[in-house]
Amino acid sequence: MEGHSIWLYIAVMAGVTYAIRVLPLVLLRKEIKQAHIRAFLYYVPYVTLTAMTIPAAITDAPTVWSGCVGVTVAILLALRGVSLVLVAAIASLSVWLIECFVA
Amino acid sequence: MMKTSFLRKLSYLARGMYAGIPIGLGYFAVSFAFGIKARAAGLSATQAFVLSGSNLTSAGQFAGLAVIQGMGALATLALTQLIINLRYCLMSCALSQKLSPETPFFHRFLMACGVTDEIFGVSVSVKGALSPYYLYGQTMVAWPGWVLGTLTGALAGDILPSSITSALGMALYGMFIAIVIPAVREERKVLFVVIAAAITSLCFTYLSPFSSLSPGLRIVVVTFLVAGAAAILSPMRSEEGK
Repeated sequence: MEGHSIWLYIAVMAGVTYAIRVLPLVLLRKEIKQAHIRAFLYYVPYVTLTAMTIPAAITDAPTVWSGCVGVTVAILLALRGVSLVLVAAIASLSVWLIECFVA
Repeated sequence: MMKTSFLRKLSYLARGMYAGIPIGLGYFAVSFAFGIKARAAGLSATQAFVLSGSNLTSAGQFAGLAVIQGMGALATLALTQLIINLRYCLMSCALSQKLSPETPFFHRFLMACGVTDEIFGVSVSVKGALSPYYLYGQTMVAWPGWVLGTLTGALAGDILPSSITSALGMALYGMFIAIVIPAVREERKVLFVVIAAAITSLCFTYLSPFSSLSPGLRIVVVTFLVAGAAAILSPMRSEEGK
């Protein structure tokens, strides 16, 4: 495989990805007033994060069981107002414990 | 005056770095797997390292690897990246609205490097205007996690037991959940939106004509459908959602 062509592939990937990220930040400099667009942008993060978590959090885990436990633990802790860092740490720990001692 | 604003920037940076810890850990685990795959696809450890450092995106890199391995056309590669990473465009749009309108261009150019699913999720959940330094702090922790994980995976794929790497993967999802749940508790509208998003995402993952969509594209489609429907049903006046 040619070395330089892999570098070219990498450059194209980086260029396209950066352009997608930077253009809205540079072009949208004023506050959007239109109520539907505002609402759309407000809901985007919650929808995107949910779509990224369900079902991937469960299917990416070592087993469905440990995935379900990890997600449940995270939801319960978050409902109790536990901080982001701790929710993430305890959720992974619970997956690891389930895999070590139950499965 | 100068001093307070400097301290404020520093404080945003420090808070961002703290928030970036689970991101960096999760990234390490995910990019470790990427490093192993990159070597298998014929990239050197250096190329894998540069690829991760310049792209900082999981789904896009995994998909790009498939195109590189097949020696596909550059246009195919560009299109794949465009579709899979289109969600960053939506995220940057949302972030642009969180910035104070006076935020100078160089901050906007620099911030763009750190727009990932996780950093976006943490940044957009802050109350009030977003300081670029909060995002920089997260990027400063998350980026090393991503590139070091890639390098470690590429150089020494099988040192860590797989039980640890896969358990670390849950850190990212735990973080997503911790971002969404407080808003769900606070606002009934968000609760409905999240339930609709979960159901739609499940349908698109498992029901037959939709399940052929790549994960990156699925996220874009679900976002447009659910956030679009919610925006039509419940538009937002200018003082809300700040």
